[in-house]
Amino acid sequence: MSWETVIGLEVHVQLATASKLFSASSTRTGDEPNSNASLIDLAMPGTLPVVNREAIRHAIRFGLAIDAEIGRRSVFERKNYFYPDLPKGYQTTQLAEPIVGAGVVELQLEDGTRKSVRIHHAHLEEDAGKSLHEAFSDDMGRAMTGIDLNRAGTPLIEIVSEPDMSNAEEAVAFARKLHAIVTSLGISDGDMSQGNMRFDVNISVRRPGEPLGTRTETKNLNSFRFMEKAIKLEVERQIDVLEDGGEVVQETRLFNGDTNTARAMRSKEDANDYRYFPCPDLLPVLVSEEEINELRDALPELPDARKARFVEAYALSEYDADLLSADLATAAYFEAAAKQGSDAKLAANWVMGELTARLNADDIGIARSPVSAEHLGELILRIKDGTISSKIAKQVFDACWAGEGSPDQIIQSKGLKQMSDTGELEKIVDDIIANHPAQVEDYRGSDDAKRKKKIGFFVGQAMKATQGKANPQQLNQLLQQKLNG
Amino acid sequence: MAIDSKVVAQVAHLACLQVDDNETAALSERLNDILAMVDQLQQADVDGVAPLAHPLDVSQPLRDDQVTEPDVRERVMPIAPATEAGCFLVPRVIE
Repeated sequence: MSWETVIGLEVHVQLATASKLFSASSTRTGDEPNSNASLIDLAMPGTLPVVNREAIRHAIRFGLAIDAEIGRRSVFERKNYFYPDLPKGYQTTQLAEPIVGAGVVELQLEDGTRKSVRIHHAHLEEDAGKSLHEAFSDDMGRAMTGIDLNRAGTPLIEIVSEPDMSNAEEAVAFARKLHAIVTSLGISDGDMSQGNMRFDVNISVRRPGEPLGTRTETKNLNSFRFMEKAIKLEVERQIDVLEDGGEVVQETRLFNGDTNTARAMRSKEDANDYRYFPCPDLLPVLVSEEEINELRDALPELPDARKARFVEAYALSEYDADLLSADLATAAYFEAAAKQGSDAKLAANWVMGELTARLNADDIGIARSPVSAEHLGELILRIKDGTISSKIAKQVFDACWAGEGSPDQIIQSKGLKQMSDTGELEKIVDDIIANHPAQVEDYRGSDDAKRKKKIGFFVGQAMKATQGKANPQQLNQLLQQKLNG
Repeated sequence: MAIDSKVVAQVAHLACLQVDDNETAALSERLNDILAMVDQLQQADVDGVAPLAHPLDVSQPLRDDQVTEPDVRERVMPIAPATEAGCFLVPRVIE
């Protein structure tokens, strides 16, 4: 008998604001520890929070993008728990009246089918600081944990989906779509390597038709790849437990991407007792119709619209357009390269092929690609105008990737320009014919069909002699002319 | 709901309060008195009354997204019991 998997996601997205949610200290990362932690972030007595307008506006932008009801009135609450990187002893968040209500995210899966994932709500909250479990010790030599509160108070939205996904692929497609939406909106940089977008996955399994099974939560997944692996691992584990006659325990689990394993976190029995109550320091936030309309009118192009435009304007297939439009940085790169190289199809092939392969192999984001969009455009231009062949183009790409200059500079300095001078090529062809009388005789004695194959030998010799720089079309023409002659 | 010593211990744990065993009986009695008062409140007919998050009929003023807070690290570090490399130190937290 088969099993059905039920998956819901909670997604934390760090909002791109200059200052924190409740204080005017910087959200910048990479600074000295605690240098961006104000008295409010440190929870000094007597301080009061003041809400950052831009964080509210970013959250509304997200709500509008997923067609959600915007909370005209939203309320901040206190979620109480004790942890050293949470100096107030509570996280200021939203519960009963969030800023973004129910909405929906449309997905296109790899096999072309469409799927809707409902969003339960999205709320605003502050991030905690960071605990550094390094080699710190106190005066007595006892091991200590270091606390850096630079991140404390950084604005997040937590997006909570309905349990509408039924396998790892759908969950990853949903996560990718959310990433595309928030980066397109410009409300987050979506940098998962920095933890600026992180995923908690709720998973349960059941027999078809039966009520929902007990779920577990795997927390803080920070890449699509890990998410897919973690889900597959947990689904397998739950099925094993149930088929062995056991019971799934409701717990929080931690996934280790390096070892592809997960373990139950030491779960406190009172973990859910957060004793929420409305924060007395913060009044309800009201949002006017004018502001909502103003934000709606100013929404940038969203991934679905961009995809439709790519199909229309660049004559790309749905699949290609989907891949290239999903991520704002990829879309911008593709468009710049297509414009520079004045060939969208060629640009699409290079971006999805060679470039993506190299980026993945070296684990680099497209925004930091050593080969810029302008470089790739220049390369495409040189393929199109016959300066280089596609084969040589790969060589130029590699050199450009290695930082040896622009494609034009590389073609120049390495002498990779295709040999299009007929006189020079003719001399090489003549030499080859003169040096291989047996093959020439064999060729001339063959019928047309066989000749087509046998000409390959001469093409190979010519390419060898010119180090691949012969213009293939000219070479073919010349060879046929001389051999058939 | 009635509060017994076990609940008192549980709430004290959540609130990080140290409560001695000989205090729990007296505490549960007083907490039960408070709950009795809440029970009385719950008799009130609030059908059609929206939940109230805040007693004042005003809304939250918002602030522009600008960084204006100064770096106070050098001033607050000396107040902390232990610091190192710009970090506040706390007893080892093990997950």
